Amino acid sequence: MDATTAMYVAQGIHGLAYGMVLFLVASGLTLIFGMMGILNVAHTAFFMLSAYFCYQVVAWTGSFWLALLLAPIATAIVGILVERFLLRRIHAFGLLFELTLTIGVMFVIMEAVKVFWGTENLPLPVPSLLEGLVSIGGMDYPIYRLFIIGLSLVILGFLAFILYKTRMGMVVRAAVSDADMVNALGINVPRLFMFVFGVGTWLAGLAGVAIAPILTVFPGLADQMGMDAFIVVIVGGFGSLGGALMVAIISGLLSSYGVQFVSQLAPVLMFIFMAVVLAIKPTGFFGEREG
Amino acid sequence: MLLEVKDLNTYYGYSHVLQGMSLTVDHGECVALLGRNGMGKSTTLKSIMGLAKPRSGTVLYKGEDVAGYPPYKVVRAGIGYVPEERRIFATLSVLENLAMGMKGGKIDKGNPDAWTVERVFEHFPPLKERQGSKGALLSGGEQQMLAIGRSLMGNPELLLVDEPTEGLAPLLVSEVRDMLEDIKKTGVAILLVEHNLRVAMSLAQRLYIMKKAEVAFAGTVKELDARPDVREKYLEV
Repeated sequence: MDATTAMYVAQGIHGLAYGMVLFLVASGLTLIFGMMGILNVAHTAFFMLSAYFCYQVVAWTGSFWLALLLAPIATAIVGILVERFLLRRIHAFGLLFELTLTIGVMFVIMEAVKVFWGTENLPLPVPSLLEGLVSIGGMDYPIYRLFIIGLSLVILGFLAFILYKTRMGMVVRAAVSDADMVNALGINVPRLFMFVFGVGTWLAGLAGVAIAPILTVFPGLADQMGMDAFIVVIVGGFGSLGGALMVAIISGLLSSYGVQFVSQLAPVLMFIFMAVVLAIKPTGFFGEREG
Repeated sequence: MLLEVKDLNTYYGYSHVLQGMSLTVDHGECVALLGRNGMGKSTTLKSIMGLAKPRSGTVLYKGEDVAGYPPYKVVRAGIGYVPEERRIFATLSVLENLAMGMKGGKIDKGNPDAWTVERVFEHFPPLKERQGSKGALLSGGEQQMLAIGRSLMGNPELLLVDEPTEGLAPLLVSEVRDMLEDIKKTGVAILLVEHNLRVAMSLAQRLYIMKKAEVAFAGTVKELDARPDVREKYLEV
């Protein structure tokens, strides 16, 4: 393989890894929106919070693997508390109140991490097992990025299994199309909402841990990911996991190849893509829900 | 009495849509709720189900006041709901829609009369042929059967049915009517909101006619038959 091809492939792996992290974040966002109708502005703040939790667990125990397990769970617990004690109380008042509340939660999380961890970039080493490159067919691939891709694929498979092969998943899919009707069939929908909110923030948390060794941990993480994740959800179609997956990958590849080929345009490529898609299909690729 | 609604008051924002609504349904009885559009018939069902929150009044179901309960608790108490527009889960198959109606996701093995998918198919044969189809692909009549079957899967003793024949072709109207008659024979009590007077009078033992937010007439089918003035005033367009 010549050097040019090698570069393309390497950029592709980078793009794919970023796209898959984006998918993890966006899947939680789209799941919560699809079911509860809540645009959770605080979603990427949970993502960032998890990166800090990860940093802290590594600082205490030295184990990235333990952090990969615990940080997303801790993040999900925060998410569940937010749903149970804040969102649920104002659900009856409608979207605007919920949106405003999640904006408030976002600010609280953003400021809280500064209070506890300061504002500087906290480096997080790639775990030694995943350091360096692996050679496959004469090509060197960064192991950690392959790990991210693999981890995301496992999560994707897990989500698909839950959604399409279990009763719980069936109930979630039904609630995406009509939560009130699910409630009127004897299913405890408030508890289901809490659970889904927990899973959504857990996914964001997983993404936060995955990205931390690459981008380091800093308060701006949420902004960096925020815009991209929202674009993915909008373009993929609100509430659609398949749409989120497709657009997340496109978005990851656009950003990595964009930097290479049209570096000056790279920052706006995603916006151009969004504008084109929405001009043709205002609900996004797989969106059914209007408004 | 199976269901006893007393002095129910429900608001949508500032509009007072139920003003002291009262009605009763006995075990195994079919009661129809009639009236023109916007009189509060659907809201009555929604207020019983907990989908609209009554501000005052009681909904006694088997002696338990379920007013203000969240819908899932009302269902668990034993009331089934077949909503207007059917509200089939469009992305779920017929089988999955039926499974959604099972309480706790299980067939009640301790109850020999428990509804099963097979039993629903016996009552609604067209659903059997369409069992793998997505809800969105069903015809209006099939959706109506599915909506009724789905709520039966929860083994209700009382079924609230909202406008089951609305938007159906005349042939299907009588088909759905016959199916409700069948369901009635199994011992399930029905509170039926219905536009079609003929359907309502052929199914129900008693009727309530609503005018603006309250009951204007209550009586048996025979009593209504003898009162063309009431029919003209509150029902005919």
